[in-house]
Amino acid sequence: MEREKFIIRQISVFSENKPGRLAAIAKALQEEEINILAFSIAEADGFGVVRALVDKPRKAYEKLSGIGFNVAFTDVIAVQMKDIPGGLYEIARILGEGMINIEYCYAYSGKDAAVLILRVDDVDAAISTIMKGGGTLLESSLFQ
Amino acid sequence: MPRDDIRKLQYRLLKTLVYRLYSFSPFYHDRMRAAGVHPDDIRTLGDIRRLPFMVKNDLRDNYPDRIFVAGQEDLVRYHVSSGTTGKPTVVGYTQNDLNNWTASLARGLSSCGLGRGDVLQVSYGYGLFTGGLGLHYGAERIGTTVLPTSVGNTERQIELMQDLHTTAIACTPSYLLHIGEVAEKMGISIKNDTNLRIGILGAEPWSETMKTRIEEWLGIKAYNIYGTSELSGPMFCECTEQKGFHVWADLAYVEILDPGSGEQLPPGEQGEMVITMLQKEALPMIRFRIGDITSYDDEVCGCGRTHPRVHRISGRVDDMLIIRGINVFPSQIEYALMAIPEVGQHFMIEVDRKGALDDMLVKVEVRKEAFSDKITDLMAIRKNVEHRLRNTLNVAVNVELVDPGSLPRFEGKAKRVIDRRKI
Repeated sequence: MEREKFIIRQISVFSENKPGRLAAIAKALQEEEINILAFSIAEADGFGVVRALVDKPRKAYEKLSGIGFNVAFTDVIAVQMKDIPGGLYEIARILGEGMINIEYCYAYSGKDAAVLILRVDDVDAAISTIMKGGGTLLESSLFQ
Repeated sequence: MPRDDIRKLQYRLLKTLVYRLYSFSPFYHDRMRAAGVHPDDIRTLGDIRRLPFMVKNDLRDNYPDRIFVAGQEDLVRYHVSSGTTGKPTVVGYTQNDLNNWTASLARGLSSCGLGRGDVLQVSYGYGLFTGGLGLHYGAERIGTTVLPTSVGNTERQIELMQDLHTTAIACTPSYLLHIGEVAEKMGISIKNDTNLRIGILGAEPWSETMKTRIEEWLGIKAYNIYGTSELSGPMFCECTEQKGFHVWADLAYVEILDPGSGEQLPPGEQGEMVITMLQKEALPMIRFRIGDITSYDDEVCGCGRTHPRVHRISGRVDDMLIIRGINVFPSQIEYALMAIPEVGQHFMIEVDRKGALDDMLVKVEVRKEAFSDKITDLMAIRKNVEHRLRNTLNVAVNVELVDPGSLPRFEGKAKRVIDRRKI
């Protein structure tokens, strides 16, 4: 149960790869006064998936679904990185040694530190591995 | 053969056919009863209009061979084409059917100047599709050397065309354009560097403009050939006059009808072509509504032949598409999509011509329940849809996943096809 607090609900939005789709998503979030804390776009041939950490995920889900988007929640974790050379290596090494597979990840560099957001094959194992390895996980309450 | 003799022969063949079907075909017997017509009512050739129509769905509904008149032991071949839904249609041939089919093409190929000394490269598909084998036997009958390349492997086709001195090629007009383009990339001019002089082109609609372009660019004569698997396969070909394909009157009777009223239209007027095969044994086709729009010409041809001619197909009465020579009905796509839970049943078809080849894109919506955050899952859905559509349609399809609810919904007749090809 201790681990639960580190699991963050990311919203994933299917989007056709054409002009104006990201604007439509962003506009909808603005209308609901939802703040985007981090996001990334994965693109494939002809379509993409927009992934975002937002402060009000449930509200974002409802709003985007309501205007016709395909939306899903995905569990991710956020790890603090030192904003210095080798910061990413430190985290990646811990996960690699723990045999945790990263499905995808994205990062942002904030005022205090850099943050790596990770989608992994086994969330519970990843949390344990990072804690054991001395990494700093960010609680979901920081975001949501 | 003089016109009067032709008509007498046609009447005699029709009368025999109708008696035979009334006696031996439960399917056609019932049809005639329902239409209130008895073989005795057929007293002139014009009485053919009293007979009920047949449509492609009759074959599908009686899959695989329930309307065949010959037993399996009398059949010497099957061919199979895709039907209007997932179910294919099967055609069967007796030895006489094959002989007539071969004779029809032998006449057609001779009429456009092929014979001994020619090498015909048959670049229609061999196998269940009728195109390859049909042309193959027709050409052999008149002593032409056949090079059975079938479709695909275009560079090799061009090498063989040079090495074996191909003088004629049978394929779809768009494939011939593709061959021309690939040859140019190889530094070969079909016009200057090969012996090619004749194209026997068909299995898809093409225009006079396209014909002129092919003739000028490739330095050949381009002849239109027409047929469908229900008629046997490719069947009727233009003569050297290039003013419509001759419908051999001893084998087939052609009518052009007003699609609305069903009335027979006079020569020169555009309408729906309906064909009766006068001598088919295994699978007789009476007043078969193929769905093609065209007109016919009954004047004696400049080549001296008295058989009527049918002009280039100008359109369809239904929503059938021809993609790289293969008939595609939107209903087949609907049927295939129903079996895939990850995508919705709404779809749009967009057809373009990329280079010389047809390119078909099918847009489908991903269902909410099937949406995954993982790109690889979505790619797998798309691959699966492409695979299933390819299996159903026998032609390669590109699939695009789109937002749910983004495709147009139709009330009444759906317009699911955007065809941007310019032929």
